[in-house]
Amino acid sequence: MREITLSKAVNEALAEEMRRDETVFILGEDVAEAGTPFKVLSGLVEEFGTDRVLDTPISEPGFVGIGVGAALTGARPVVDLMFGDFLFLVMDQLCNQAAKAYYMSGGKLNVPMVLRTNLGATRRSAAQHSQSLHALVAHIPGLKVAMPSSAYEAKGLMKTAIRDDNPVVIFEDKLMYQDKAPVPEEEYLIPFGEANVKREGSDITLIGTSSMVQVAEKAAEILAGEGISAEVIDPRTIVPLDEKTLIESVKKTSRAIVIDEGHQSYGITGEIASRLNEKAFYHLDAPVLRMGAMDVPVPFSPALEDLTVPTPERVVEAARKLVSGELIHAA
Amino acid sequence: MAQSKTTKTTKTKTNSEDYLRMYRQMVRIRAFEDQANQLYLSAKMPGLTHMYSGQEAVAVGICEALNDDDRITSTHRGHGHCVAKGAEFKEMFCELLGKAEGYCRGKGGSMHIADQSHGNLGANAIVGGSMGIATGSALRAKLQGSKDVSVCFFGDGATAQGLWYEVMNMAALWKLPVIYACENNGYSEYTRTDEIAAGSILDRAKAFGIESFEVDGQDVLAVNELSAKLVERARKGEGPFFIELKTYRYHGHHVGDINRDYYRSKDEEAEWKKVRDPITNFGKWLESEGIASADELVAINDEVAADAEAAVKYALDAPYPPGEEVDMHVYKGIEHALA
Ligand SMILES: Cc1ncc(C[n+]2csc(CCOP(=O)(O)OP(=O)(O)O)c2C)c(N)n1
Ligand SMILES: [Mg+2]
Repeated sequence: MREITLSKAVNEALAEEMRRDETVFILGEDVAEAGTPFKVLSGLVEEFGTDRVLDTPISEPGFVGIGVGAALTGARPVVDLMFGDFLFLVMDQLCNQAAKAYYMSGGKLNVPMVLRTNLGATRRSAAQHSQSLHALVAHIPGLKVAMPSSAYEAKGLMKTAIRDDNPVVIFEDKLMYQDKAPVPEEEYLIPFGEANVKREGSDITLIGTSSMVQVAEKAAEILAGEGISAEVIDPRTIVPLDEKTLIESVKKTSRAIVIDEGHQSYGITGEIASRLNEKAFYHLDAPVLRMGAMDVPVPFSPALEDLTVPTPERVVEAARKLVSGELIHAA
Repeated sequence: MAQSKTTKTTKTKTNSEDYLRMYRQMVRIRAFEDQANQLYLSAKMPGLTHMYSGQEAVAVGICEALNDDDRITSTHRGHGHCVAKGAEFKEMFCELLGKAEGYCRGKGGSMHIADQSHGNLGANAIVGGSMGIATGSALRAKLQGSKDVSVCFFGDGATAQGLWYEVMNMAALWKLPVIYACENNGYSEYTRTDEIAAGSILDRAKAFGIESFEVDGQDVLAVNELSAKLVERARKGEGPFFIELKTYRYHGHHVGDINRDYYRSKDEEAEWKKVRDPITNFGKWLESEGIASADELVAINDEVAADAEAAVKYALDAPYPPGEEVDMHVYKGIEHALA
């Protein structure tokens, strides 16, 4: 199968959906000629014109609000938010308006809008351009949240997101845009709420989101060398979450680590861990571990920044302890 | 080189010493940026950075009208403001390289560099993100009866942020000692300003009843003269004010923006550099007024270049912060947040 970059995969998904459905359009900063700072959208304006690939001023609440209004009235906007960190600017439009319109209208109004943005540290971009804020929006009922872990997922999830009748936030890892993966030429969609078992194993389950799937896979590789068999699962969407696959896996392995690049406290790792504790408690041989980003703003200095994110080595270390029966958090 | 503050007043600069300091400060900014760009090109700098080159007369013209007590807020393109407000090369380069001796102990980097000792409240990586901060600083000055003025630097692109209109309204209602300084360099990222700004930026401020001025941002004397007047008036409670400074950035949006013909022509860039360079033009004026000879100006340039080079060398060799600092400074009053 051909291999393409994550960037190209997103580009193809958008182009295909825009060809299929003329109500789809793109709205955001420097999305047209510049094709975004990450060059993900290059070429789209040439094919679809400036009526469907609209450059906006630096007015995030404004253009997200415009996206909501267009979606409420029959369009399918893909709103481009250059950095996930700018979510803080648009929270009202996204969380008070988009997320609640369907519910508040008793099912009369809906918002088929995609907000595409990114996450991820270690790009030396400091505290306001490195955050992974997906937990924030996952917390709000009414919003769906997709987290592609490779080019394949990026394309399939984007196409599903555009066809979904609800507001969907997609987080791409900004360090993965140039990573290649096999992506079929033929059309495919990835349904929401279906986890992907990336690797089967019997001793421990490693659940990773976005680029943390790679971290989990690398850890599993190292653990295999030590005779520990790790299962790796990518939930692909955290809202909806495919609990069933996660629970089945943990029932089999009896141990789990949840790895995610959002801050560890009050985050995705805690949410998934507690669902496993609630629903697979009697199958567990150890507490489910959370492994998120350190609870500090992302520091600029490389010497500090690298300490704040989960790494395969840290996952391996924790997995070893869990499997050997060491009581990690026993007081 | 440490800048002597003792002779500084907030009056318009009119004597040779002041003129030469303004010249030197502009040269220092240019030299700093040339070194920073080299650091990026030679892969010695983590991340990206935004060059201030070309806009020197704005930062220097305004900051020379301010005292250390006066506050500024800066932007992602903030090295110029930082230097102009009195910062030292060493601590700045250390910060850009993420070293422990940096102004922010390596935690902030280029886009968050701040220099509390000279009243620089910090660069900001959120476009428009400092508009509230500058206005709040001005409110504090008014409430506490202190005479300092706050200057909010931002770009033309930032005028699209709704926050500006909210804070201008309050600043005007409460007559706050704040000066909004819009550096209109013609572009926000890869887009021309006229494609993202409807109507007149100047008129937007005027709509709030704020006295608004337009000035040639390449002319350090013009910028300084206007700024000094407005700063004095703001101290007396006659603010807020708005200044739009027409200027130009020489480099790409950031150091990595190298192939940019698709949004900005090489001819346009060459024209600005040739005809409207703030340093060259001010140098010529200094010569024509007999304030400095060509040789003296070259000597300043050389001295500053050597300073910058030495500071870079120092910063490259300086240590990173130890790992244990990673959870320091999360909360004031708690030494290690995760201990
Ligand atoms: C809220 C926000 N939106 C978008 C960005 C990305 N961004 C960084 S600089 C910039 C352009 C700013 O243009 P302008 O204000 O004119 O400043 P200049 O770069 O020209 O100095 C953009 C869009 C950002 N940092 N923050
Ligand atoms: Mg600009």
